[in-house]
Amino acid sequence: MKQMINVALPKGRLGEKVYSMFEAAGYECPSIREKNRKLIFENEETGIRYFWVKPSDVAIYVERGAADIGVAGKDILEEYHPNVYELLDLKTGVCKMMVAAKSDFHDDHSKTLRVATKFANIARNYYAGKSRDIDIIKLNGSIEIAPILGLSDVIVDIVETGTTLKENDLVVYEDIFPISARLIANKSGFQFKTEEIETLVAALKEQVEQS
Amino acid sequence: MLDESILKREEQAVFALRSLYSGYGYQPYKMSKFEEYDLYARNKDFLVSDSVITFTDTNGKLMALKPDVTLSIIKNYKDEPGCTQRVYYNENVYRVSDETHEYKEILQTGLECMGEIDFYNLCEVLRLAAESLRSLSGDYVLAISHMGFLAGLLKEADADEAFSEKVSGLIADKNAHEIPRLCEEYQVSPELCEKLVKFIGIYGRRDVVLSELEPFCEGETMKAALEELRALSAELDTWKDSEKIRFDFSLVNDMRYYDGLVFQGYVAGIPDVILSGGQYDRLMKRMGRKSGAIGFALYLDLLEAFQSGNRSFDVDVILLYDEDADLTLLKEMAESYQKKGLSVSVQKQKPKKLSCRQLVKFNNKGVEVLETND
Repeated sequence: MKQMINVALPKGRLGEKVYSMFEAAGYECPSIREKNRKLIFENEETGIRYFWVKPSDVAIYVERGAADIGVAGKDILEEYHPNVYELLDLKTGVCKMMVAAKSDFHDDHSKTLRVATKFANIARNYYAGKSRDIDIIKLNGSIEIAPILGLSDVIVDIVETGTTLKENDLVVYEDIFPISARLIANKSGFQFKTEEIETLVAALKEQVEQS
Repeated sequence: MLDESILKREEQAVFALRSLYSGYGYQPYKMSKFEEYDLYARNKDFLVSDSVITFTDTNGKLMALKPDVTLSIIKNYKDEPGCTQRVYYNENVYRVSDETHEYKEILQTGLECMGEIDFYNLCEVLRLAAESLRSLSGDYVLAISHMGFLAGLLKEADADEAFSEKVSGLIADKNAHEIPRLCEEYQVSPELCEKLVKFIGIYGRRDVVLSELEPFCEGETMKAALEELRALSAELDTWKDSEKIRFDFSLVNDMRYYDGLVFQGYVAGIPDVILSGGQYDRLMKRMGRKSGAIGFALYLDLLEAFQSGNRSFDVDVILLYDEDADLTLLKEMAESYQKKGLSVSVQKQKPKKLSCRQLVKFNNKGVEVLETND
């Protein structure tokens, strides 16, 4: 008997893009395109059940086994280090984790660097690797404003096109790592649905290579 | 006679496992809740989490609440040439949870086999691991890996520590797509890079894995590991449920402590690894012992979430009485329910949160049924 695969998709633009890839790979679920407020969609024929969750929660659903697989950005995986398999780079939602600062920023190594970010662990690890003493200012949004108002010296954040930075007279100071959407799987669930998940990964891989 | 249905899942498991292990001559091992902190400080990397709950003892010594059992057992082990010492335990350990970053009490049951470990001992411990999983659920998987392959590959790469650590992490995550980038960063040869990517893809059925590994193995370390797995697989073929025992090299343990076999067990419906074990000869050596050792632990606290549905009622019967009740008759009435095997809570008023199958009111002649919830 074919077992249902539970998939946690990130709500929003990225999730919709990713769903299109699943659809093209043969895992369609037409009801998901209907305009309604449902959160769970399933297609017994293809043996798949999708649900939309907040992007930063996808890894939690997968790690705790509520979803067998899910799609999460590399930023989330690096920040929280969930204990999951990372099976495929979907090569979509591409952007970068970067250090940015005001265009006239001069890095004074004799002082503690004040870093504003949503990604406290990533920032901490990055600067620990450079043995740099930093003061982390954890913010939940509008990070770019921090150096402008003098709240921080630099920011550690995701940069997609750089438009927001440019418009606020900020520049990329250093690259940390590239980001894209990744297919993750629960380690225990994988043991019991190996074949189903492998088939799905192979089909998605084809989509990735085609695009 | 003990009614087993009253036991919680983890309690039932503890009893079943105890009888399983003692059947193989394993001796119970009871230890104190505390251990000198120094033991953990010296072997910090062996611990699953580095945070340990410490306190100062009355004599000024820094003590710790046990985060691990294996180290304490080795500490008390004396080499005895030609023999093996086999013990099992059932203890609470205290660790920081990866998810919540808070201390958690974990009920751990496991066994250790220490001494001159041979093929027979390896098979026995694996058999007990498989039997332990089966006693929890028929739907289980025991994944076995051998540290020799990764060690061999890294030796070939002549890799530095930073690369080894990162590549181990990627292998553990079955993350093949980032291997090329990492290899480029550390200037590792394209041949080895390709090998690592392939290696991540080798897992699953034992016969398939063995044939895929064959052309892969160069160097003594890997060839020896392959031989060991081949012999093991032939033995496993004769076991019950042998298709549930697979090879999976994404299972990586710290090479400073583990060499040889490492294994993990999964039960369908439990999202985490429930059984974890391996051969830790290196740890024994670090702690000054000449013998080898192999063992495993089961995290029984995970079973709590595995209960099939919630219990629908707290008690079978709530027996209500008032001031006029004759207490002797009331007691007899309660006992008559208990004799029928029903649980009964005697109350003056029905507590709000206590659910019951039947709510009855006692009068000195008998009972009047007020509510039935079946």
